[in-house]
Amino acid sequence: MNGPHDLGGQMGFGPVAPETDEPVFHADWERRALGITLATGAFGAWNIDESRHARESLHPATYYSASYYEIWIRALETLLERHGFVSADELAAGHKIWPGVKPKRVLHASDVAAVLARGGPCNREVEAAPKFGAGDRVRTINEHPHGHTRLPRYARGKTGVIESVREGFVFPDTNAQGKGEAPQHVYTVSFDGRELWGQGGDPALTVSIDAWESYLEPA
Amino acid sequence: MSHDHHDHHHDNELDPFAARVKALETILTEKGLIDPAAIDTIVETYEHKVGPRNGARVVAKAWVDPDFAEWLARDATAAIASLGYTGRQGEHMQAVFNAPDTHNLIVCTLCSCYPWTVLGVPPVWYKAPPYRSQAVINPRGVLAEFGLVLPEETRIRVWDSTAELRYMVVPMRPVETEGLSENELAKLVTRDSMIGTGLPLRPGSLGPGALWPPAADPGAAT
Repeated sequence: MNGPHDLGGQMGFGPVAPETDEPVFHADWERRALGITLATGAFGAWNIDESRHARESLHPATYYSASYYEIWIRALETLLERHGFVSADELAAGHKIWPGVKPKRVLHASDVAAVLARGGPCNREVEAAPKFGAGDRVRTINEHPHGHTRLPRYARGKTGVIESVREGFVFPDTNAQGKGEAPQHVYTVSFDGRELWGQGGDPALTVSIDAWESYLEPA
Repeated sequence: MSHDHHDHHHDNELDPFAARVKALETILTEKGLIDPAAIDTIVETYEHKVGPRNGARVVAKAWVDPDFAEWLARDATAAIASLGYTGRQGEHMQAVFNAPDTHNLIVCTLCSCYPWTVLGVPPVWYKAPPYRSQAVINPRGVLAEFGLVLPEETRIRVWDSTAELRYMVVPMRPVETEGLSENELAKLVTRDSMIGTGLPLRPGSLGPGALWPPAADPGAAT
């Protein structure tokens, strides 16, 4: 979707303003927000793509005025409601009212180290041979789906070069909607700065994205 | 959003959002859906155990060991795993090497993808709109904000992490470090130098706060 998250090339947000000696967390609630997000992710009820889509589906005014952990928590409330774990009246009350759905798994402290060390690999076998090879010229599609996609707007309809052929990976566009993993080959595609940004672009800039095969056409 | 706005969201316990997160944790705990001790363990992991010291060790090893550097370039996931760094948000790693004519920069314009296993959780600026919007269109302007001004002819190579590959930059080894050990070299490798928004420290310039909350960094004293 053409949501507020798709930020590449946008202007007007001001300086980056890196903070000197930045702490890992700025408030205790941020610690809890990170922990709750990871612990509920371990339910196995939704995947990372549905989770990302919930965040980018926030209203733009909300998204741009929220800190990052606030974005995570707002999206998490949506996911918990959608999957029946928590209800709106419970969120309003701040306490359990209904039994709700039971998850496949609850993450216990003794399992945390193993779960984090395992992570969630997204590579998958793809039977078909890769359609493109390193050095091939490709053009990205210019589509504007309403659902989740990982092809950023600034790189749509642009011509670039396949720099690397990667493994097969779960396709976010279907996976986010519960329509299956439908894995595809992924490619690192590099673009000249001026292809992306016109004649005003930096002549010594190369930008790459990692693109699923169906985002690409031969050029 | 403006800098003022951003600072406002560094939040404190009076923020109504703190109450909202507390309410959510209460509901989930009452329902038996989360184990508060598991939350504590997750926080402990990313606040005190997993951070840029990991990545610094990877870079220092690549500087002193050409075979490791070659492995890191060819199969970063396996090379990094050999040092014990595996798991969440580091499942599929790619190391990109700076060269005299090329400087690498990592960004995630769509969200906040970042190599947690080697750098820990990302800093606020990495996840915020100013960096995500400008890194791909005006990277030299972004680097200048970090005090890094590169020659115009130096190619800037920006890697937008749009899939599940996670990137780390391997900066060039600073000059005048011939006699330093791997552990000493690791102290020169800053977090920002592995994102691409900085360069490694020079010998003799080691100061506090070069990496991560130094007091919280178990590797800092070794």
